[in-house]
Amino acid sequence: MAETAIKPLTLNFGPQHPAAHGVLRLVLEMEGEIVERADPHIGLLHRGTEKLIEHKTYLQALPYFDRLDYVSPMNQEHAYAMAVEKLMGVEVPRRAQFIRVLFSEISRILNHLMNVGAFAMDVGATSPMLWAFEERDRLMEFYERVSGARLHAAYFRPGGVHQDLPAGLAEDIVEFCDNFDGFLTDMNALIRDNRIFRQRAVDVGTVTADEAMDWGFSGVMIRGSGVPWDLRKSQPYEVYEELDFDIPVGTNGDCFDRFICRVLEMSESIKIIRQCIERMPEGPVLSEDNKVSPPRRGDMKRSMEALIHHFKLYTEGFHVPAGEVYAAVEAPKGEFGVFLVADGSNKPYRCHIRAPGFAHLQGMDFMSKGHQLADTVAILGSMDIVFGEVDR
Amino acid sequence: MQELIMTYGIPLAIIVAKILAIMLPLTITVAFYTYAERKVIAAAQMRRGPNVVGPFGLLQPIADAVKLLFKETILPSKANIIVFLFAPILTFTLAMVAWAVIPVNEGWVIADINVGILYLFAISSLGVYGVIMSGWASNSKYPFLGALRSAAQMVSYEVSMGFVIVTVIICVGSFNLTDIVLAQKSVWFCIPLLPMFVVFFISALAETNRTPFDLPEGESELVGGYFTEYSSMTFALFFLGEYANMLLMCAMTTLLFLGGWLPPLDIAPFNWVPGIVWFLLKVGFLAFVFLWVRATLPRYRYDQLMRLGWKVFLPLSLFWVVATAGFLVYFDMVPNAG
Repeated sequence: MAETAIKPLTLNFGPQHPAAHGVLRLVLEMEGEIVERADPHIGLLHRGTEKLIEHKTYLQALPYFDRLDYVSPMNQEHAYAMAVEKLMGVEVPRRAQFIRVLFSEISRILNHLMNVGAFAMDVGATSPMLWAFEERDRLMEFYERVSGARLHAAYFRPGGVHQDLPAGLAEDIVEFCDNFDGFLTDMNALIRDNRIFRQRAVDVGTVTADEAMDWGFSGVMIRGSGVPWDLRKSQPYEVYEELDFDIPVGTNGDCFDRFICRVLEMSESIKIIRQCIERMPEGPVLSEDNKVSPPRRGDMKRSMEALIHHFKLYTEGFHVPAGEVYAAVEAPKGEFGVFLVADGSNKPYRCHIRAPGFAHLQGMDFMSKGHQLADTVAILGSMDIVFGEVDR
Repeated sequence: MQELIMTYGIPLAIIVAKILAIMLPLTITVAFYTYAERKVIAAAQMRRGPNVVGPFGLLQPIADAVKLLFKETILPSKANIIVFLFAPILTFTLAMVAWAVIPVNEGWVIADINVGILYLFAISSLGVYGVIMSGWASNSKYPFLGALRSAAQMVSYEVSMGFVIVTVIICVGSFNLTDIVLAQKSVWFCIPLLPMFVVFFISALAETNRTPFDLPEGESELVGGYFTEYSSMTFALFFLGEYANMLLMCAMTTLLFLGGWLPPLDIAPFNWVPGIVWFLLKVGFLAFVFLWVRATLPRYRYDQLMRLGWKVFLPLSLFWVVATAGFLVYFDMVPNAG
């Protein structure tokens, strides 16, 4: 008798699935509960960001970056602002650099809180998510106080940041840092030290260092596998060089290591935030070059030149000399890069966005092969995927 | 005619009254248990929970019930309609009929049958049929996987639960639930049989598909598990059945290990309190533990759950059965011997 091949169970995981982290559609081929093939289908959140940017002035393009990975908006603005600055050769004032680093790290905590909570939720623990959101809310308040928006801040501008820190914000951020350790202790007691959580996370979705490099992983996905690769250390930008912080690195590259890396990175971020606030000098926060950055409101009332600059900047925008540039930052999810081609006009000729989540999602198949359905969910959670940036 | 009423009518009326006397409070308790769950979990998660409908949100369960009642019952086109509709009815009915043998106080029981514990065990084992039927009849993949998991899980944990019950029965010498409670006059069984008490409570969590064993309905994996395709009242019946089952498991644990309606110490201030109050307090405490566990723990994976059931609980409970029996025989303490 000829052997009959049994067709595997094809399971359509998402896009309407509570654990699909947005709009991932994962087509799973399963042998019982064992996943044999995981095929991510992306594009359900495609908004054509890159193309839209080609039709916007350089300043108008900036808010699109908030909307890519909407869990860590400022880091992406940062990459874009750096790309434009590199093309134009604009100097960023020192105070602005500190503020940028400060808010990049706040965004990192914002992102990791979300991910740690969501990962716990993916393995079935509901409380950590809510606890994390409590802390996230405090951070978003800082966002609001500095930029006026809780999420889509549009705060980092080419040439610096939009406005100086309001009075009292620095003190409140320090107070947050003082209380954050207590929160982390609670969180760790609830999930890190829980044996069910460990059973669910240890040795699940293991990525070796070689695999991580082959697939172009970055951020926690590669550090969890033991590769100490962090753009903040390897090619420092802004003032990271002067700051004292460590890069947590995993050993096994499993979901648990990635989780621990994120938790430790939060503590490191707190360290960086404290240093930034201590060392922040006085001074301007936006480049004084009025061909790039708008004049202050007060100047506009007195100086005709300032008024003209303001009008030109907000109608035509600034022109960027022709050339191409790649600028990348260590976003919480990994290396977030912006490749800009300028043709000398006021709009980018082309803008390519290198989103870390896109590279990570490719690993879905090899990471979840041979694991159970429940592990797939855990793997997806530990990857830290946000569809805003994957689909763009 | 007079005679007919006297022989059949009045006993029938009494039975109906008894049933209503247990059903009505039970249904209301179940409804408010869902409210309690939301409040307890909200407290653990630093939220407020329902607080809009009525004072402190107390009318929330009623609002939920009305909402579900007026929703459309969606019947999936590929479903086997008869089985699909029968499954929630079965689940709910079984969750209710089990209460017939639960004594809430000395003599306060509908049917004081001599094999009460076996009846309970049988009814709670039948509960798996509602799950399997719903999963199969939905003709959809997530419910199907949920039903398979549930079947495997309930069967595994039933085994160790059975051995736990055997241990208790050896110590009592009767299948009657009232006798089981009265046998705990001197000391509650949760003290001499502590490991069995723990095994039983954890198995009860698994039996009712609660965290950390909520794989059959594990939201982050199987969407809604076996009741993914259900809506409206069919869903409500599953939901009520599940919560009634949780309360039933709490009541069972109370009867088997926490001395039912007996006061903790048979001395002055404690034995003034009526038995039902002690019973309700104990059930309430266990019900709270159910919710507490849910707010705290992550979920097991399927194979881990099986390993725990078969490789840890089964040998442990089996050993205790033998150990208890050996102890009782050696010291000549077997109850009702000969």
